[in-house]
Amino acid sequence: MTADTLTAGGDSAGNALETNYLNTGSGVLSWLFTLDHKRIGVMYLVAITASFLLGGIFALLVRTELWSTGQTIMTADAYNKMFTLHGAVMIFLFIIPGIPAALGNFVLPLMLGAKDVALPRMNLTSFWFWIVGASFALVSIIIGAVDTGWTFYTPYSTTTGTAVISITMGVFILGFSSIFTGLNFIVTIHKMRPEGMTWFKMPLFLWGLYSTAIIQVLATPVLGITLLLLIAERVLGVGIFDPALGGDPVLFQHFFWFYSHPAVYIMILPAMGVISELVSVFSGKHIFGYRFIAWSSIAIALLSFLVWGHHMFTSGQSGITNMIFSALTFSVAIPSAVKVFNWLATMYKGSIRLATPMLYVLSFLFLFAIGGLTGLFLGALSTDIHLHDTYFVVAHFHYVMFGGTVIAFLGGLHYWWPKMFGRMYSERWGQVSALLIFVGFNLTFFTQFVMGSHGMPRRYYNYVEEFTTLHRASTIGSYVLGFGFLIMAIYLIHSLFRGKPAPANPWGSATLEWETTSPPQAHNFDHELLAGDPYDLEALELDPDIDGWVRSDPQSIILSAGGSR
Amino acid sequence: MGAQHHGDGHDPNLAHHFESADQQYQSAKLGMWVFLMTEILFFGGLFVAYTVYRVNHPEVFVFGAHFLDTALGALNTVVLIFSSFTMAWAVRAAQLKQIKLLKWLIIATMLCAFTFMGVKYVEYGAKWKHGLLWAAKYDHHVEHVEDHGKDSAMHEETPAIEPESAEPAETAEAVAAPVVDPDRSAIGPAAEGPHGLAVPEAVVETEVAPVEPANAKVFFSIYFLMTGLHGIHVLGGIAAMLWLLKCLARGDFDGGHFTRVDMVALYWHVVDLVWIYLFLLLYLID
Repeated sequence: MTADTLTAGGDSAGNALETNYLNTGSGVLSWLFTLDHKRIGVMYLVAITASFLLGGIFALLVRTELWSTGQTIMTADAYNKMFTLHGAVMIFLFIIPGIPAALGNFVLPLMLGAKDVALPRMNLTSFWFWIVGASFALVSIIIGAVDTGWTFYTPYSTTTGTAVISITMGVFILGFSSIFTGLNFIVTIHKMRPEGMTWFKMPLFLWGLYSTAIIQVLATPVLGITLLLLIAERVLGVGIFDPALGGDPVLFQHFFWFYSHPAVYIMILPAMGVISELVSVFSGKHIFGYRFIAWSSIAIALLSFLVWGHHMFTSGQSGITNMIFSALTFSVAIPSAVKVFNWLATMYKGSIRLATPMLYVLSFLFLFAIGGLTGLFLGALSTDIHLHDTYFVVAHFHYVMFGGTVIAFLGGLHYWWPKMFGRMYSERWGQVSALLIFVGFNLTFFTQFVMGSHGMPRRYYNYVEEFTTLHRASTIGSYVLGFGFLIMAIYLIHSLFRGKPAPANPWGSATLEWETTSPPQAHNFDHELLAGDPYDLEALELDPDIDGWVRSDPQSIILSAGGSR
Repeated sequence: MGAQHHGDGHDPNLAHHFESADQQYQSAKLGMWVFLMTEILFFGGLFVAYTVYRVNHPEVFVFGAHFLDTALGALNTVVLIFSSFTMAWAVRAAQLKQIKLLKWLIIATMLCAFTFMGVKYVEYGAKWKHGLLWAAKYDHHVEHVEDHGKDSAMHEETPAIEPESAEPAETAEAVAAPVVDPDRSAIGPAAEGPHGLAVPEAVVETEVAPVEPANAKVFFSIYFLMTGLHGIHVLGGIAAMLWLLKCLARGDFDGGHFTRVDMVALYWHVVDLVWIYLFLLLYLID
């Protein structure tokens, strides 16, 4: 950073810079080989959005097929592939990298007042690994797809004739991408916090990302070796999972869930971090119970490693094992509930602004509560025997993953959108779309709770007549959901070109990413920052001239030693 | 604090987003440790697979381990431990800016790595020759069994095809050689007791035919998976050391900038450590 770029910098009111990270360097190569965390974050955003679109199309095809009994639009074999691809694409390509790699990459260094993540090359490598992994998955889809379900359970996955190897290879590589992101975040948070930001003055989004990163680095390697073993089983016939050779197919399930259960917390923890930021800002109140929220993230991360067996209650594992896993599963509800109560307490007596991000927060609280509580039904042994492998499970994890993670992702996307692209989106359309998504989602998945409790098995191509009404309601819901996303795509893309220029701090947030211009310059900040309380919203006041918020005392966050630049 | 680093003459080894060389070094080091943690967990999956299979089928391991050459395994262990020593010394040399010494130490470490791979090649070659491969490719030619025995004696006259009938021929040397008595295995009384190759005459005379346990082949699956994955990591280490030599030739370490040497050394020590466990768990079962 040199002095002349600084003179071009925006004023404290945050008027847009002439040069920013989006126009520093042009051409495709300046993006593909950038080390700038913001550009990598944006590339990730584009990539995962494309995956979400793809996975969404698969979902709509699945729902359309289920419009009526028997064949509606595709054969049973095609249907098996559709739900497998929906799951695999959504999980591995979209939701795991979703918040950390796209939003996290963009926001984390900014929140730290830093110029970049600690290991920028590794960050770019992570993105490239994502591309390579996604390519393998695409190859698999093109050469015949897979029909194993996204869990790749043995022995079916070692015997089916579909393209298992290329997609597992893809997931293996995507795992490295995820590990690199997590590793980078751990190092960055440990080593690059600014003056004044102790661990307990970090914004809670960083606690979310940090606990996510712990899971990413500890769990993902186990998935890696599991998939390698699966590939070795198919290619070489090593016999570890083959009962004919004394191997144990259930061992695959243990390995798989040792990763994949923590992985659901890779998905939800950063979402909880997003909610913690948004709920404070849009309630105009300091976050309630900061330390409880921070510690509960770590608690969830650690407990997540101890509950994988609850996916296997019907696998034949011993009764005592089932009881232990069941009890541990219930214990995860405690830190989760701690968070929800603290968010509610933050809203209590706050001056709540129902801006689009806040609508997503409210959606999240409602849907996550349902998703979390129905998890207890499934964690309880007796009810799980009844509900296992039914639509109840499908509905449960969609309430947590979609109602939780995706909704929080959308909230975060709308919250940081002005910072990322320097433009405001249409608030009115934002609200319409948030409402449609909320309604469509509940219509799609609440009906599935009902069907599941009545015994509709998941993944079935056909069903008995009495489920027709509920299936149709669910399918209509999925169309409403899709329509909501269509509107969102239109107004967000529109905002990129026609949106009102965003002020530096449109929401009145006190975290450091709002101290730079929107969009930020290539090196993020003009000066070294001194971090204070990230939820001290009193320090900001609305400046009607710029329609944005400014600090009452701008000097309070500038580190004097470096301020002369 | 950070201002002065952005002047013209700042350290070319210091990336722009760090405040100080120490912050950069600490970041690299933490990153490396976290990476090594993922490596341990990566191998961890295989160790769990090993444990599960061994608990369920101990006889397979006792049988299979007889085909591994403990002498070569021990040689490789010594080679790797020595290479860890030269690598640790290399870090010291880099810190003291002894560039010439550093170069030779890296080369010495690489030679050790190549030696390791060479020995591994000999071992794999012998397994290949005798069909002692992973489950699907397993095709155990009993007439060649002796080549794999711990004593490496050659007994070409063994005519049998079935493992059972192969054993008597072997007992001739088993008398002279250090006897491996599977009945005294630490594994304890497995139901289908381990009837390895080097069975004492007495056992043979009582007509308890030493048999290859069912699915002995999976031992070799596990052997090849574990040592193969480890071997890939050794190759990775060799590549990393070549990179160090390139950096060294470019003069990157002249100013006492030893971070890269330190990181490769950490990695190399973990590769070494994993091998020590593999040696214990695969070769020294009996």
